[in-house]
Formats: sequence, C-alpha cells, structure tokens
Amino acid sequence: MTETITFSTEEAAPDRNAVFEGQGIPAGVGVTQDIEDLYNTALDVLSDSAAPVAMFAEISKVDFALVYRGEGFNEPSTPVKDISARAEQLALFALTLGKSISEIITERFEAGDFAVASMLDSAASAAADRLAGIVEKRLIELLVSKGLATPSTTVLGYSPGYCGWHMSGQEKLLDFLQPGRIGISLTESFLMQPLKSISGVLVAGPADIHRFANSYPVCALCDTQSCRKRIRALPET
Amino acid sequence: MDILTQISDTLIGGDDEKVARITRQAIDQGIPAKDILDIGLIGGMNTVGERFKVHEIFLPEVLLSARAMHAGMDELKPLLIRDGIPSRGRVIIGSVQGDLHDIGKNLVGIMLKGAGFEVIDLGNDVAPESFVETATRENAVIIGMSALLTTTMPMMGSVVNLVREQGLGDRLKTIIGGAPVSEEYARQIGADAYGFDAANAVDRVKGIIGVN
Repeated sequence: MTETITFSTEEAAPDRNAVFEGQGIPAGVGVTQDIEDLYNTALDVLSDSAAPVAMFAEISKVDFALVYRGEGFNEPSTPVKDISARAEQLALFALTLGKSISEIITERFEAGDFAVASMLDSAASAAADRLAGIVEKRLIELLVSKGLATPSTTVLGYSPGYCGWHMSGQEKLLDFLQPGRIGISLTESFLMQPLKSISGVLVAGPADIHRFANSYPVCALCDTQSCRKRIRALPET
Repeated sequence: MDILTQISDTLIGGDDEKVARITRQAIDQGIPAKDILDIGLIGGMNTVGERFKVHEIFLPEVLLSARAMHAGMDELKPLLIRDGIPSRGRVIIGSVQGDLHDIGKNLVGIMLKGAGFEVIDLGNDVAPESFVETATRENAVIIGMSALLTTTMPMMGSVVNLVREQGLGDRLKTIIGGAPVSEEYARQIGADAYGFDAANAVDRVKGIIGVN
C-alpha cells in the first residue's frame, strides 16, 4: 500500500507559535508590528511558493528491522526500536515543501533581506512539522477504512537523526520508499533534498506504545526533550 | 541629538534606508569614517546585541538592525578603504563538507559583520582544504564552521587537524557551531571555541581576538 498525499493551502499553513518559537520568541509574548509584518510576509511567500507533497508506504516489521538497522550506526538501545516492535502497523513516509521555498530563502539572504529569510525559514520548518501531523492522521484514516485500526489507534512518526536512530538510516529508508516520485533525493552525507523535507516511520498502535521514559542513554544528550510534549498530548487509555 | 547617536538609534530601530541617509549626511559633514563606524554603526549593533541577550528584543529585530548596519556600511565602505581603516579581523565561515544547511551560518556571518568583522563566506559543502587555504591566503584570524548533521560534524575535526598540521594554530583559531555540536565536542576535536547561537558565536570570536 503506497499513498501520495497533496495538501490544501490551509493545511500547509504553519502554526504561529511554532514559527515564533523558531525565531526564539516564546509563546504568549507580545510582538512588535515589524515582527507581525515579517510573519505575514513569510506566510504570503510560503503560500505562493511551497509545493507540499507527501507519501507513505506500508512496511512489515521484518522489513522495517532491516531499514532501521541501516548502516549499523544506531545506538544499541533506542525508543524507536522498542516502539516499532510493539506496533500494529508500520509505514515509511516522506514529505517535502518542494525546492522553490529553499531557493527563495537563500535568495532573500543573499539580497540582504535577512529578517524575511529567517522568518520564512522558521515558517517553512513549522509548516513541514504540521504536515507531518496531517500525514499521521491520514494513515489512521486509511487504516480505519481498511478495518486495520480502532478509534483508539494512535499514529506517531519517528525520524532518523533523532533519539539514537542514526542519520544514515535515511539511506535504506529512502531506498525502500523511493520518494524520488515526490522530488526527494538523498546526498552522500544523508541529507535530504529539498532541505525542507522530513522522512521517517509512522508507527500505528495503542497510544501506550508511544509512551516511554526519557531514560535511554541517548536521552542524556538531548537538548530539546521534545518527545515529552508529544507524549503528554497522547490520549489517556 | 548628535548625528552619530541618530545613526545608532535609527540602526537600533531597524530602518535601513534612514541609516543609509544619515550615514551619508555624516560623511558629508566630515565626521571621521572611523567614528561613524565605531560609534554610530557598531555602537548601535552592540546595543542591539545586549538587548537581544536579555530578551528585550528577538531575532527578527536583530536582523532588521543588521540590514540597517549593512546599509550604513555600504555608504561608509569606500571611505574605510580610502582611510585604510581595518576591520576588527577577518573571519572565514562556511558549512562543512557534505552539509547544505546554511541558516545558522548566515546568521553568524550577519552578526559578525554587524560587530565590525570582515567575513568571507565560503558557502556550503566546504572542503577542509578550502577553509584553511582561504584563511591562509586572506590572513584570516578565525575559521568558523557550521554543521547541522551528525554525519558531517567530523569534518570540523578535519579542519582543526589541518590547521594544526600546517602549524597555523597560533594565529588561526577555530570556532564551531550547529545543532548537534556542543562545547564538549569542541574540546574533543581541539576547536578553540563553540558558539551555541549566533550572538554567542560573535561574543566568542570577540573573546578570541580580544576586542569588546
């Protein structure tokens, strides 16, 4: 099962707090008109220039274990390894905002329009994150339609480069997924192009499988601990 | 209000066209170029930097002021060259080999220029040899490297090793930054400094060179 997803303009609009967080502005802080104007300019450019598209493909646990192993550089003990083992369904995914937006960000920096370029970069990153959430929801909808999920099924995505899953894992992931059809490629240093792209595995199962304590060895090196926010948002079971 | 304070205040307010205009007026009035630079432009950016550090203002405002600084510098540059006024130092920056992320590196470059440094930006995917050859040729004092991938971080060590192997460590210092990088990693590879964000990177560069 492989699905390609296109998004509406509204779906691709980033969360304001997430954009401002990317600019170092805490939530709830009043901002100047200059910052509001920059934000609105960034949204306009993003709306005009981003070409968001995503795909996901079902993968068996056996195949995912091979993808996950990658080049053999993962940490020995990781949340993804444990969570995926408890999954009911797995799917690999990739999404991109397209290359135009990255080119525009570069052009704006080179033209000296630093503030717009930076705000646009934060907006694009926030938009990509929001789209990842929509991809998670779309997988649930698909699984429910096929009778493979229940109302309590939760899908969360996990990406190489985080939580001990080495960056190089992207190679086998993209080999399996073949996201060239949506314009994504991988450099030799395992960097996806276009830059505003995300890939990973979607893990479907009861909400509890996504709950883990941040006591893995790799957690001690993590500055963001962003998993805690995701876990707090999980439905109670 | 004297004209240098006008330049500084207008720069803090982020009005690039007005900073350019007032800078031209200051030049026409015969104000020494070095005073316009140090008191008007760098002085303004120093205030911006201090306000940013205590969270009175945020990154967008810093970047608006940086654009205003650049607008003022564009007016002033011919005089600085004519009068032989040196920059605070020449810094080579780039994203290391294999890495195409450049936002953080761009922000560091912008802020270093705002602080009066001359910046040569080598762009992305820069080989270790390019960093060192350019730094040597341009008599740079600092190499600043950015990496956003764990897979490209090791190239920072390659640059540091090359500087050491060529016996340049006394006069050419290295500073690193980027999401997966840390103070500990800088120590591990022998880099001279680590900047946790663009503003901190500028402070660390100033510290290395010994300027306020």
